[in-house]
Amino acid sequence: MAVYTDVLCPFCGCICDDIVVEVGEDGKITKVKGACAIGRSKIMGHDRMESPAIREDGELRDCSYDEAIKRAAEILADARRPLLYGWSSTVCETDRAGVELAVEIGAIIDNTASVCHGPSILAIQDVGLPSCTLGQIRNRADIVIYWGSNPVFAHPNHMKRYSYLSKGRFTPGGKKDRKMVVVDVRETKSAKLADLFVKVRPGGDFLVFSALRAILRGHEDVVPDEVAGVEKKDLLSLAEMIKNANFIITFFGMGVTHSGARHNNIANAIEFTRAAHLHTKATIMPMRGHYNVNGFNQVCTWLLGYPFSIDLSQGYPWYNPGETGAVDVLVHGECDAALIISSDPASHFPADAVRHLARIPVIQIDPYPNPTTEFADVVIPSAICGVEAEGSVYRMDSVPLRVRKIVDSKFMADEEIIRRILEEVRAIKEKEGE
Amino acid sequence: MGGVRVILISGRTLEQGTNLENKLSDEYMNATAVCELSERELEKLGLKGDGTERVRVRTSAGEIVVAAKKGEGYPEGVAFIPMGPWANAVVNGNTKGSGMPFFKGIEAEIEPTDDEIPSIYDLMRRYKE
Repeated sequence: MAVYTDVLCPFCGCICDDIVVEVGEDGKITKVKGACAIGRSKIMGHDRMESPAIREDGELRDCSYDEAIKRAAEILADARRPLLYGWSSTVCETDRAGVELAVEIGAIIDNTASVCHGPSILAIQDVGLPSCTLGQIRNRADIVIYWGSNPVFAHPNHMKRYSYLSKGRFTPGGKKDRKMVVVDVRETKSAKLADLFVKVRPGGDFLVFSALRAILRGHEDVVPDEVAGVEKKDLLSLAEMIKNANFIITFFGMGVTHSGARHNNIANAIEFTRAAHLHTKATIMPMRGHYNVNGFNQVCTWLLGYPFSIDLSQGYPWYNPGETGAVDVLVHGECDAALIISSDPASHFPADAVRHLARIPVIQIDPYPNPTTEFADVVIPSAICGVEAEGSVYRMDSVPLRVRKIVDSKFMADEEIIRRILEEVRAIKEKEGE
Repeated sequence: MGGVRVILISGRTLEQGTNLENKLSDEYMNATAVCELSERELEKLGLKGDGTERVRVRTSAGEIVVAAKKGEGYPEGVAFIPMGPWANAVVNGNTKGSGMPFFKGIEAEIEPTDDEIPSIYDLMRRYKE
């Protein structure tokens, strides 16, 4: 039996790096220690897609990697407006190859940020982001605010490892040295653990941020007695807590990006953080979901100048989420082929978008079968990054880390699959050019 | 029995997350083909909320049948379906120019039903039609 320590978990944006993995004589993982339930389930693995396959007469027929990759390349080379989507549960090296493929075929390339923290990115481009690393929070934060975020369910080890429950240099007492505030529309499991729970009416976050900004800037007289279901006295006491703190972090989640004012919510959350700067040190950070959703945004920004939802059909990068977002091009019936990597839009996109996806040729690259497989025309199984393949990833605080290969696998790594599709596409184009 | 009007939100749960890469399983369906409602809403609908009864959830985007379950901590008028294909059957694809669909804050009508919950395969078959 082999024991691997300090393994990085390839599930959520926390990328916990203190996991212990035991591997049996047969090369199979037998035990995972230190990970949360979600991370353990991911690292342990389960029913995989066993073979590459191509759909013929409505049924998937097993084939070789060569055949599946060739068919995928033909679909993409034929397409007039292909969509390349996913890219968040894979490593940056795959994403770089994906950008090259997108440039080659003039595709729209987008990652899961467009249905997650896309609005946060738009807001950050507008007003910046006073942020920090998770290490600073662990060592310094004495007020931890989770706003529209339920870490107990979505990032189960976040509190223990980086925030409220962790013990740091200037917070040796752990939660005794900190206060936790949860702002949400419902009393979540996380809210039950908080020192203060602020219940906001659905869609009312923007107003509450505005009211707190006003109070922190000394204009509490303009705040009415009640703001989006929150009493003024509760806002005043929260503002007082903030003023008296040494270091504040606001973690925000889908509760603010998915509702009401979208990117305006986040811009206002960032301005609320700025207002707190009049009194103390304050920081803010998006609770990124997939472990490398941030990495794709980083890679695209270096290579194309924009972080997501990029249209390359005109020969140069064009960025306009709302027009070039994956959901938009599907709902508008624009794209005529899609490559989906390490993602499942059939489950996570609205019905109208899925309906169009079901109509067009779909190539799926993933370790596991999922609802998207139900209408994929080419299925290419891949190695699990961080377990069976290594690579670079970016944590939610934009710290780059290297995930490791723990066990051997018969499956091809994502980067190799994309690079081989790219080679085939180039070969087809060369032939056509002759 | 009449229906109730609610604001519907979707989001992560632990059970949904642990079965995220196991979506064709019964566990995933049990974890995500569920609508959590406050006690007040369940009372109005005449339901126990023990997970054995079913409701039809209708929005401007479509409708879906899911199990009804009592949820803790919900204010009156707010209902929740874990993110996934059942929730997304009633999420509107119009992003209003933002790129982001409205996964939360959806106006919905909920009523009891005896109809069956569609399996994941039934759901995907509907999209292919």
